[in-house]
Amino acid sequence: MEPTNHNLAVVPAYNEAETVSDVIRSLHEGAPGFDVLVIDDGSTDRTSTIAREAGARVLRHPFNLGIGGAVQSGFVFALENGYQRMVQVDGDGQHVAGEIRRLEETMRADPAIDMVCGSRFLTDSGYPAPISRRTGIHIFAFLLSRIVGQRVSDPTSGFRLYNRRAIAVFARDYPHDYPEVEAVLMVHHHRLRMREVPVTMLERGGGVSSIRSGKSAYYMIKVLLAIFVGLARKRPNVEPGDDAPVAAAQGL
Amino acid sequence: MELRVKLVAIAATIGLLLVVLELVRRRRLLERYALLWLFSALALLALAVWSDLLEQIAETIGVFYPPSALFLIAFGFVLVLLLHFSIAVSKLSDQTKVLAQRLAMLEERQQHADDDAEPLAGVLERTAGE
Repeated sequence: MEPTNHNLAVVPAYNEAETVSDVIRSLHEGAPGFDVLVIDDGSTDRTSTIAREAGARVLRHPFNLGIGGAVQSGFVFALENGYQRMVQVDGDGQHVAGEIRRLEETMRADPAIDMVCGSRFLTDSGYPAPISRRTGIHIFAFLLSRIVGQRVSDPTSGFRLYNRRAIAVFARDYPHDYPEVEAVLMVHHHRLRMREVPVTMLERGGGVSSIRSGKSAYYMIKVLLAIFVGLARKRPNVEPGDDAPVAAAQGL
Repeated sequence: MELRVKLVAIAATIGLLLVVLELVRRRRLLERYALLWLFSALALLALAVWSDLLEQIAETIGVFYPPSALFLIAFGFVLVLLLHFSIAVSKLSDQTKVLAQRLAMLEERQQHADDDAEPLAGVLERTAGE
């Protein structure tokens, strides 16, 4: 089917029945140039039914794949349906649909930019996050900024706009569990260009964050491992024409 | 090596060998995964039977009690097997992810096709009724 728009808004949602219809409505109002695609990542509640009734297209995973797998489904859908741009918006109402325009303007102003990230930390927006979470984010920000040689203030932000080139890269290969930080590295390795713009983020409308406080330490260590192992890889990512999209295709 | 230890080691490795072969025969274990098991069991059996070699190995790596060297080697095989399975599981979960994504994509396309076909089906029914 030919898309009505050239732009796609992808909303990964896992048990977000309470908030998903509000998110879709605000996207229709705040970003009318975008088709809305909800990725129901194996929800056990009525997320997909509600999303469909609210006028979104819905991809429903048969079981929970995690945020990385969910967003990657969005990339594959965007790639195969000929979308030129894709914006990723959380299903919990954290991101303000009206601010997509700011991401778009940045990308339009400089066509060489492949990914625009909404950052909470470029201005003093008073983002309500516990100090432990912010410390973790700042550690990643520090490390990534050194590695990619460009200031990255909010590497865990899931509010991102991608162009066709970035869509193609991430449709082929997107990190598994906590993908945003690693995605910044992939952008760097693929010689794509990214820029950040300041945005405000609201408190979550409902549901449970994918990063629970008890898991923060586990999350930090895992992402650090991913960063450093990723650095040591000769060719960090699957290139077009490689055997398979399966990262672990080779056995012993 | 003391005869009793030797007999126990031989009996245990032969037992393992038979279990693996039987599992393959009943198709409960794929040959692909059985190979490593068979290789491990055969190597351990060879060392248990040919205890001179085991004693030599033990002396070379500085283990005073040769049966301990047998345990050490067996432990090495177990580690390799575990690593092999971790790799297999990683590959499977990656493939499962791709399958789930393709399935979601197909279902959405089907749903879309059904939605498009519905009004048409209504028209067809009405014209058929006339």
